[in-house]
Amino acid sequence: MECLITILLSISVEIIRLGNSFYIDWDRKMYDARSDTPAEARTTTLNEELGQIKYIFSDKTGTLTQNIMTFNKCTINGKTYGDVYDYLGQRQDVTENTEVVDFSFNPLADPKFSFYDHSLVEAVKLGIPEVQGFFRLLALCHTVMAEEKSKDQLAYQAQSPDEGALVTAARNFGFVFRSRTPESITIMEMGKQQRYELLAILDFDNVRKRMSVIVRSPEGKVSLYCKGADSVIFERLNPSCRKLMEVTTEHLNEFAGDGLRTLALAYKDVDEDFFSRWKQQHHKASTALENREAQLDQLFEEIETDLLLLGATAIEDKLQDGVPQTIEQLAKADIKIWVLTGDKQETAENIGYSCNLLREEMNDVFIVSGNTPEEVKQQLRSAWMTMKPDMAEGMVFLPEKILGKVGSALKDEVVSGEYGLVINGNSLAYALEEAMELEFLWTACMCQAVICCRVTPLQKAQVVELVKKYKKAVTLAIGDGANDVSMIKAAHIGVGISGQEGMQAVSSSDYSFAQFRFLQRLLLVHGRWSYLRMCKFLRYFFYKNFTFTFVHFWFAFFCGFSAQTVYDEWFITLYNLVYTALPVLGLSLFDQDVNDAWSFQHPQLYVPGQLNLYFSKMAFFKCALHSGFSSLVLFFIPYVSMSDSMRQDGKDLGDYQSFAVVTQTCLLFTVCIQLSLEMSYWTAVNTLFIVGSLLLYFGVTFTMYSNGLFRLFPSAFSFIGTARNTLNQSNVWLTILLTSILCVLPVLTYRFLTIQLWPTINDKVMFKARQAKAAPPPPSKRTRIRRGSSRRSGYAFSHAQGYGELVTSRRFLRRPAVSHSSHFTPMKSTSSFIPMGRSAGYSPTDGPHNAKAQGVEGTSLQMYRILQDQTL
Amino acid sequence: MSKEENTANRPDNTAFTQQRLPAWQPMLSAGIVIPGFVIIGVAFIGIGVALFVTSQNIQVLEIDYTGIETNSSCFKCKNTSVKNCNCTINFSRDKLFKGPVFVYYGLSNYFQNYRQYGASKDATQLTGDLSDLGDPSYCKEPCETCCPYRKDANDKPIVPCGSIANSMFNDTFKLFQIVNSSNVAVPLDGKGIAWWTDYNIKYRNPPTNPLKNAFNDTVKPIFWPRPAYELDPTNPANNGFINQDFLVWMRRSALPNFTKLYRRITEGEYAKGLPAGDYALVIGYNYPVVEFDGRKKVVFSNVSWMGGKNLFLGIVYLVIGSLCVVMSIVMLIVYAKFKFPDEE
Repeated sequence: MECLITILLSISVEIIRLGNSFYIDWDRKMYDARSDTPAEARTTTLNEELGQIKYIFSDKTGTLTQNIMTFNKCTINGKTYGDVYDYLGQRQDVTENTEVVDFSFNPLADPKFSFYDHSLVEAVKLGIPEVQGFFRLLALCHTVMAEEKSKDQLAYQAQSPDEGALVTAARNFGFVFRSRTPESITIMEMGKQQRYELLAILDFDNVRKRMSVIVRSPEGKVSLYCKGADSVIFERLNPSCRKLMEVTTEHLNEFAGDGLRTLALAYKDVDEDFFSRWKQQHHKASTALENREAQLDQLFEEIETDLLLLGATAIEDKLQDGVPQTIEQLAKADIKIWVLTGDKQETAENIGYSCNLLREEMNDVFIVSGNTPEEVKQQLRSAWMTMKPDMAEGMVFLPEKILGKVGSALKDEVVSGEYGLVINGNSLAYALEEAMELEFLWTACMCQAVICCRVTPLQKAQVVELVKKYKKAVTLAIGDGANDVSMIKAAHIGVGISGQEGMQAVSSSDYSFAQFRFLQRLLLVHGRWSYLRMCKFLRYFFYKNFTFTFVHFWFAFFCGFSAQTVYDEWFITLYNLVYTALPVLGLSLFDQDVNDAWSFQHPQLYVPGQLNLYFSKMAFFKCALHSGFSSLVLFFIPYVSMSDSMRQDGKDLGDYQSFAVVTQTCLLFTVCIQLSLEMSYWTAVNTLFIVGSLLLYFGVTFTMYSNGLFRLFPSAFSFIGTARNTLNQSNVWLTILLTSILCVLPVLTYRFLTIQLWPTINDKVMFKARQAKAAPPPPSKRTRIRRGSSRRSGYAFSHAQGYGELVTSRRFLRRPAVSHSSHFTPMKSTSSFIPMGRSAGYSPTDGPHNAKAQGVEGTSLQMYRILQDQTL
Repeated sequence: MSKEENTANRPDNTAFTQQRLPAWQPMLSAGIVIPGFVIIGVAFIGIGVALFVTSQNIQVLEIDYTGIETNSSCFKCKNTSVKNCNCTINFSRDKLFKGPVFVYYGLSNYFQNYRQYGASKDATQLTGDLSDLGDPSYCKEPCETCCPYRKDANDKPIVPCGSIANSMFNDTFKLFQIVNSSNVAVPLDGKGIAWWTDYNIKYRNPPTNPLKNAFNDTVKPIFWPRPAYELDPTNPANNGFINQDFLVWMRRSALPNFTKLYRRITEGEYAKGLPAGDYALVIGYNYPVVEFDGRKKVVFSNVSWMGGKNLFLGIVYLVIGSLCVVMSIVMLIVYAKFKFPDEE
C-alpha cells in the first residue's frame, strides 16, 4: 500500500516534469526563427526549480551581447552623423525598413557594414577635409592586420572588435586600409592608393587610455594621429579647439545616453625637426635598460600635446535582442543577476549600463580592483560601510556574527538604496579566499547588480559555488561558450545559449535556447508554472492520501485497533491508481493561475517561488491539518448517520460493507471537490478527467459488486450487491452531500477571508486578470531604454596594450600563418588569446592567478610565449 | 520551399502545445462565494427541517433486556449456566405504533468489525460449494480463512466455518398483545429480512437433496445448538446457508454498537401497526454478552422515506446551514469593509 503510493507519487511527478519539459520544447515564443532553434529542455528533473531561481550568473559575450561591434554614430567637427530623421526633422528609430546607405561607389566596401545616415557619405564624397581627416585617422591609427585573400576581398584581423569596427567603417567610407608593413601603412583614399610611412606607434595602455601613430604622408608631411578616451584627449587639445570640444562633449553625452562606446579622435601636424629630435630620444628610451617605461611615457606625453580635435566615434556593442528588458523584468522578479565576464572592467561596466544592470539611479557603484588582499578588504569594507552606515564605524567584520549558526544560510541584509558592485578577477581571487569570501558575499548580496570582470572560467565556477554554499538559494548560470561550462555545471541549473558558438555550453546545460531574452519566459512563465503545478500536485497528493489514511485512524478506535480497513480492498487499490490519478495529473499539467502575458506584466509573481511559499513546512502542516479535518468529517458523519439507522425498507443500514461504500463515495466526492477548488485553469480536459473519474468510480464499483463477477470469483468480490443496496438510499445520499460540502466549507471560508484580508500578489493579479478577462493585459511598454547622460560611457578600447610594439617589430612576419588564423595572439604580460572572438576566458593580470588561465588554455598560450620572448 | 526548410524546427502552433487551451478560470470572488454560502445555507436549513420533522415522526421503542439491573425480569438469565432461559418484558403503548413495524435486536460493545473476526469465513463454502470438504487434505491444511473455527477437536470440518457463523445471534423473541389479560400472539414475519443479493446470489445451499446429506462428515459450529440444515425447524426452505437470520448475522456490522433486523410485523390486523395497549415480549435468552460488557436490546421502529429515526442528520444539516448563513454575513461585512482589491 505505502509502496504503491510512493511509486505512484514518483511516477506522477515524473509525468508532470516530462509534460512541463515538453511545454518548454514546444514553446513557439522561445523559438528563434533566425537560427531555427527551438528551446530545449535537456533534463526533466529541474523544471520546478526554474520557478525558484534567486541568482542568475550570466556570461557577457555571446550571451548578453552578440559580440558584434558596429560603428553607429560619429561627430565630426561639431556635427553628428548616424541618426535618421524623417521629413519633419524627427529622429526615427532604425528599423529593418530604414534605407541603408549605398556603398557601391567603393568596390572595397564591406557588404556587411550598414549605416543609415546618408549625409555622412555625402560629406565624404564632397571632400570636406575634417571628414576625410576623420576617416584617414581611423584608417591609419590602429593595430589591425589586413589580409587580402583575393582581389577586392579584404579581411581584417583586429585585436579587439572595437578596432575592427572602426577600421571597417573607414573602409566603407572610402579610406580603405589595405596592408601594413613594419614601416608603412597602405590605404586607399577615395580610390587612390596612398602609402604612409609609419614612424612610430605610441601604444595603448590602461593608464594612457589612448594610442597614437606618427606617420609621414606621401606628401612628406609628418602627422600624429591620436584616438583615445575623451577625457584624456580633451586634456591635450590645442586651446583653439575649446569651442569644438564643448560641442563634442555634448554629443558624447548623447552617445553615452544611448549606451554607445566612444572614442575621441585628434591629430596634429608635427614639425620635422621636432620629430627627428623626438625620434632619437624615443630610440634611446626604448633601448634603455632602466626605467624604460617611464621614459617612454614621458616622451609620449611630450609629443601628444596641442592636438586638434577631429571628432568622436560611437560604437555599439550590440546587445542580444531584448536584453535590457529581460534584465529589468528579472530584476523586478527579485532575481539577482551577476555578470561574470572575462572582459575588461571598462567594457563590462559599460555593458552593465547599456543592458540596464547598472543604472544611473543607483546610489553608488563600487569598484573593487585591489591588487593585494589588504586593498581588496579595504575596498569591500568601505563598500558595505556606505551601504550600512548604521553598522558601527570601524567595526571588524565577523563572519560568525553574520552567518549566525554554523550551517545556516547567509541572510539577505536590507539596504536602503540601490548599489552595484564591480570586481575584477584579480581582486576576486583574494575575495574568494577563505578569510574574505563571506565578507565578499555579504557585501555583494547587498548590491542589486554584481559584475565580475576579467575572471577565469574557474573563478566563474568558484563564485557560483560560493553563493551556493552560503545562500540557500537556487542558482542558474547562463552562457554560450566553452569557458562557461564550469559555471554551468556548478550552478543548480545551467542554461546554454545554442546556435552561436560551439556546443560545449549547450551539451553541459540543462536547458538551451537561442536568445538570452528567452530566459525571462523560461523563468517567469515556464518556471513559475512548473513550480506552481508541482506544489499544487504535491499538496493535493498529500491531502488526498492523508485524508484517505487518517479515516483509518479514527476507525481504529471503533474496531478494536484491529487494522480493519474502512474501505473495500478494491477501492484501496484503485483509489490512487485509477479514481484520483487523472484529475490531479490534469491539474498539474494544465493549471496556470494567470496566463503568460500577465506573468510578464507582474514579475513579482515570481517571488513566492524564491521563498518556496507554496510547499514549505508550513504549507505541509496546513495540508496535514486540512486532511485531519476532512478525515474527521469523513468518518464521523457517516458514523453517526449510519450507526443504529435503518434503510427505507426497514433493513438495518449499519453493516460494514455499506459503511465502506458510503465512506469511500464520500471520500471520492470530497477529494474531487477539493481538486476543483485548487484548480484555477479549468479546461475541457480537466472536466473530462474529474467527471470521468467519478463516473468511472461508479462504473467500476457497480461492476465489481455485480452478480457475475461474484459468481466467477466469490472470495475476491465479497462486496456483491453493496453498491446497489446502499446507493439507492436517500439518507445515504444526504450523508454524501453533507460530508462533501462540510469538508469544503471551512476551506472556502478560509480562502475567501484570506483573499479579502491578506491578499497575496497572486490574488491581486488573478483578480485583475479575471476582471480584464476579455481584454488581454495592456502590452508592456517597450520603451527604448535611454539612460541619463551624466555618466560618460567607456571608451572603445577592449584590447590590451602591446600590439603597437608588435606591429612595428617585424616579428609578426615570422609566423605568417598567425595572421591568417583567427587566433592571432601575441602575448605581452597581458592579453587575450582570442582577439577576434570572445575575450572572456583569460586570466587578467600579471598576478599569480595567471597560472589558472594557463592551465585552461595551456597550449595556445605557450605557443605565443616563445614569440613574446623573442619580441622582448 | 526554403522558408519551410528554415523553420523546420518550429514548434507546432496548437492551443495545447502553446498552453492556450480555452479554460474557465474561476476565482473565489465575493460575487460567487457569498451568494453560494447563502444558497447552501438555505438549502441545508430546508433539508435539515425536513429531516428533523420526518425523524421526529418516526416511532421508536427500545427495550434493553441484558438483565444487568436486578429488578429486570431477565436478570435471572444473565448467568450463562442457565440453559433455555426465558424472560418476559411487559410494555404498553398509549397510541398506535404505526406500521409496518420492524423488530430489531441490538448489541453494543460487540466488535463485529474486528478484522480477524470479519475475515473468518469461507466465501466459497457459503456459495454452496462443499467440494473442498471431500478433499482429505482439507483439515490438514494450515488455517487460512476460517480460523479458529475450521475444524473441531476430531479434525472434522465445521460447516459453516469461521468466527462469524460460530457467533451467530440466537436469542428468540415472541410478542404478545395482552387483550383482556389473555395473550394474543403478534405474528412476526421472518421472510425477506436479508438482502436480495445475499439470499439469491451470495449465499447458496449445496444442490444436494435432502440438504442434510450435503453436511455428511461435517460438524455444526461449536456454539450452535443445531446444525445449519435445521436452523429453522418451522420452515424447511429457510435452512442451511440461506437462513434469513443467518444472512442478517453474516452481514457484519461496521461499528461496535449495532442493530440488526429480526422480524417484521406485516401480517393480519397488525399490518397497520401495533394498536395502543399492553404487550408482552417473551425472550428466549441464549446469547451471552455480559462477559464482554455488552448490552442487548430489542428495538421496535417504523421507517420513513429517509429510513429509520436519526435526529442527528437533521440537526447537523440545520447547524451547518445556519453557520453558512452566518458566515455569509461575516464575509459580506469583511468584503464591504476591505473591498479587495480596489485599493490598487
